[in-house]
Parts: sequence; C-alpha cells; structure tokens
Amino acid sequence: MIWNKEIECMSREEMRTLQGKRLKELVNRVYNNVEFYKRKMDEMGIKPSDIESIDDIVKLPFTYKTDLRDYYPFNLFAVPMKDIVRIHASSGTTGKPTTVGYTKNDIENWREVLARCLSMASISNEDIMQVSYGYGLFTGGLGVHYGAETVGCSVIPISGGNTRRQLQLMTDFGSTVLACTPSYALHLADALAENGYSLADMKLKIGIFGAEPWTENMRLELEKKWEIKAFDIYGLSEIMGPGVANDCPAHAGLHVHEDHFFPEIVDPHTKLPVVDGEEGELVFTTLTKEGIPLLRYNTRDLSTLNSEKCSCGRTTVRMKKITGRSDDMLIIRGVNLFPSQIEHVLLEMGETSAHYMLYVDRENNLDTLELKVELEEANMVETIRDLQMLSRKIEHALNSAIGLSVKVTLVEPKTIARSEGKAIRVIDNRNK
Amino acid sequence: MTIRQLSVFLENKTGHLNEILSILAKNNINIVALTIADSTDYGILRAIVSDPEKAMQALRAEHYTVKVHDILSLEMAAAPGSMSHILDLFTAADICIEYVYAFSFGSKSILMIRTDNCQKAFEIIKTNGLKPIREADLK
Repeated sequence: MIWNKEIECMSREEMRTLQGKRLKELVNRVYNNVEFYKRKMDEMGIKPSDIESIDDIVKLPFTYKTDLRDYYPFNLFAVPMKDIVRIHASSGTTGKPTTVGYTKNDIENWREVLARCLSMASISNEDIMQVSYGYGLFTGGLGVHYGAETVGCSVIPISGGNTRRQLQLMTDFGSTVLACTPSYALHLADALAENGYSLADMKLKIGIFGAEPWTENMRLELEKKWEIKAFDIYGLSEIMGPGVANDCPAHAGLHVHEDHFFPEIVDPHTKLPVVDGEEGELVFTTLTKEGIPLLRYNTRDLSTLNSEKCSCGRTTVRMKKITGRSDDMLIIRGVNLFPSQIEHVLLEMGETSAHYMLYVDRENNLDTLELKVELEEANMVETIRDLQMLSRKIEHALNSAIGLSVKVTLVEPKTIARSEGKAIRVIDNRNK
Repeated sequence: MTIRQLSVFLENKTGHLNEILSILAKNNINIVALTIADSTDYGILRAIVSDPEKAMQALRAEHYTVKVHDILSLEMAAAPGSMSHILDLFTAADICIEYVYAFSFGSKSILMIRTDNCQKAFEIIKTNGLKPIREADLK
C-alpha cells in the first residue's frame, strides 16, 4: 500500500519544484536563526537569495558530525527551547553525544515518513508490532513507535533486551511484526529453540530491521530463519531517526522520503557531487526540519542513488542498501575492508553461524586480521582435520572476496558477545 | 559392530573440560571411555557414555557443539600383537584409519576405529571373524 500517493508517486519535475521551494525556505530559516550557518555562508559569500532552485544546493556548506559535537548541546537549534517538544541524543561512544531537538511539526513529519515506510512493508492497522528497538534517548524505539501508531498498529513497546520475554510476548500476544536491529533479530531467532519456543506457535510475518549496516544475504537469512518478509529501514538521528528511507517489496533500493530529506552522493575525498549511479558518501539536507535543520549533512554512509521509477509505482529516488560507512571502513595493509564483506562471505558459505568478531592488530608493523566465528550447535564435524579444513575453506573464501589473508579461528557457540542494540563486529587493537 | 560416540568441540581454556564433565555428572551420565584430540586453539573430546542422546541434549542446552556418531568397535584378545593383527587386515584391504583408541571394560580389551571406508571395514570384520562389540556389551 502507498501511504501518500500524491508525494510518493509525484513526477520528478514536480518533486524538484517542491524541493526547491522548501530549500529556499530552509536556507532563509537557518541563515537567520543559526549562527553556525550564517557564519559559514558569509565566509563562502553565499546569501539566501542565491538559492533559487534545488540545483543551487551545491553552493551550500556541508555539515559534519564534529559540528554537532562542537555546538553541543543545543547551539544548532533553529528555534527557541519553548518550541522544542522532544530531545534525543546519540550514545557518544567516540566523544560527546550529539543532540537533536524536535518541534511539534517535526514529530508530525516523522510520523508521516514512518507511516510511509511501514506501509511500504505492507504493515497496516491489522498488525501487532513488537518494537524491540531501544526506547529512550536512542531514536529507534520512539521513532518507530509513533509511526506504527499512525498506521494503526497495536504497538508493543517492549524495547530492547530480555530475550526470553521478547519470545514469550511474541508468542502470547501474536506479534505479526518485529522491529529491531538485524543483529538482535538474528540473536532472537537463534534463541527460539533453546528457550522452548517454536515458530509454529507464532504469527510473525514481517520484520522491520535497521539502525546498522547489513547485507542482502543477512536479509535473506533472517527471512529464512523467521519465515517472514524482512525490510530495511534506514535513518539516523541527526536527520530524523528511523524513517529516512525504506525498501519496498521489490527490494531494489530504499525509497528516500525526498520531500523531507534531500539526498546527494559526494566523492569521499573531493566532496564533489558524483554522477548519478556512482558510489560515494550519502549527504542529506533536511528540507522541512524546524528543530535542528541541517544543510548537506554528511552521513559517511556509502551508497548510490537511482531516480528511475520503481516497479512498485513509487517515483521517489532510491538509495542502495547501506552495507558500510566510510567511518566503519578499516584500512588493512592499504586495502579497504568493511565488516559487512565478512558477513556476506560467512552467510554465503552457510557452514558456521553468522556470529563473528574481527580482531585487527599490528605485528612488526604489519596489520593482522583474525576472525573468530562460532560453530553452530548441531554442526559438529568429526575430526580435527575436518575442522581445520573448514577454517581453511573460510580463509580461502575471505581471501578471494576481500584480497586479504585472515586467520580464522573457530569458537564455541554463544561465546561471542551478543548485542541487544547495534552490533559490535570489530576490535581494532592497532592504536592501543 | 558400532557404538555411538559423543564428539564435542572444545576450546582450549583452563577448566573447560571439567565444565563438560560436570554437566555429564549432573545428568547422571557415566563415562565409559574418553579421549581428546588437540590442536593449538581447540580440541575434540570423544567419549563413550551410558546415554549418548541424553548427553547430547544436555550439552547442547549449554551451547556446546556436539554430535553423536556411530564408530566401529571390536573386542581384541588380551595378548601381544592382537591390535597389530587387526590393523594388518585393514592395511591389506587399503582401508585408511582416521583415528583409533582403545580401552578395557571389565576383562574385555576394546578397540574403537574410525576409517575412511566403513562398508569395506564391515566386510573385513565379517570375513575374518573378528569379534564386534555392541553397546549392550558395555552395560
């Protein structure tokens, strides 16, 4: 079902006109209300009147995560605090948290884009949705919650964690939709049998997974394990939270709600726009945001854009599924490596679980990689030789896929730490 | 002529073997024979136990990677050269041995053999009148 046909099936020209009109208003708003943008634009010699259409967006300055940290907590807000009705913040693992604020209109728009996302996944008021994203400062839980209420789902706000209880309520309440991170969905699936639950007693049919990069193979794996249809919801708190984009049943890219979030792809080094279809860093401008509007925010997520009409009937631009961030990218002996490439290989082989941890170290000035991967409980081989052949087989597959030699160590099931939110896949000991 | 053997994947960690033994003890499972093959990072524990199915369930419940396999089992004469005699027959038939261990049960000397060709091994045992051991013999 298409929630908002008028917008989601709008012609490209009409969309660009709407985006141009909204961009002009936005630039006026930030220039007059946010000291950071006024100073940046003045330095570049740009005035709000220079922005006449959406094409002029390339004249505007970029915004980076560091800017949000530098203006912590509220100094990028474009409205007085009396107009802010909600505050969210990121965990701030690498420094100060980044803070975002929402006005009443922002919350309304958030509900709208989420309703579009959930409708894309055929979720309706017939559904019972278990929201197992964390509730609180993290945008995942509350964001999806409001959207689910908007389409009329019966929402179970269980939040993350407490695996046994998740499975119990899923069974007792007959949840038809599960919303959580893909890594937690995998963990829950693996925990089914050992906690004495069976898919036969459940009614689950749809998964709304996101908040971390994941591969198409993982999506198929989750569909198989849960016997459901799995969808990718994309978002980041700086732009709004979950609901910036979502994939439709065609799974041919994620439809961006571009009347609210204008996407661009730029070259990671030169920061210049790339030609359509080329990969680069994904940049968003929040066309309608009032609380903390951002111009050309660089997400560091790597993607491509496709503005052809989709087979589902929508005309909104599609971004390629995010499987890596330029931040997550490891440079090992000069070779770029994303953890998702490892996940892809493991799932394709299907002889171990998909639970892994990558250890990066430096010995004698050479980067070393060790992959610890869990055997499955029922997948025991009989001899040491078979186990060694299995490790070697994974090593070969990784080597041909990523061009790096990796030492593979098989470990016992459930020995790699599980995450109830975003998964940690890499431990880099090189700079310690 | 086969006995069910339990194989458990075991990382090399202090006290780890005993964790498995205590799970078996808690479930009142007796160990008739036990051997460990080791490598740098991990080993495989192989055991003949009183109730292999129950042992497998109990260990899987604690997230161990476990399997039960059927392994060839023979009784040997308690005399010099009896094991060598059996292996001579296998070698002559070009049967490769992947692993082997022996133990005694009461007055019996028992040989456990895993070969690369089970069918052929069965034939050798039959044609040469070797004495197989069944699980019931170990009660």
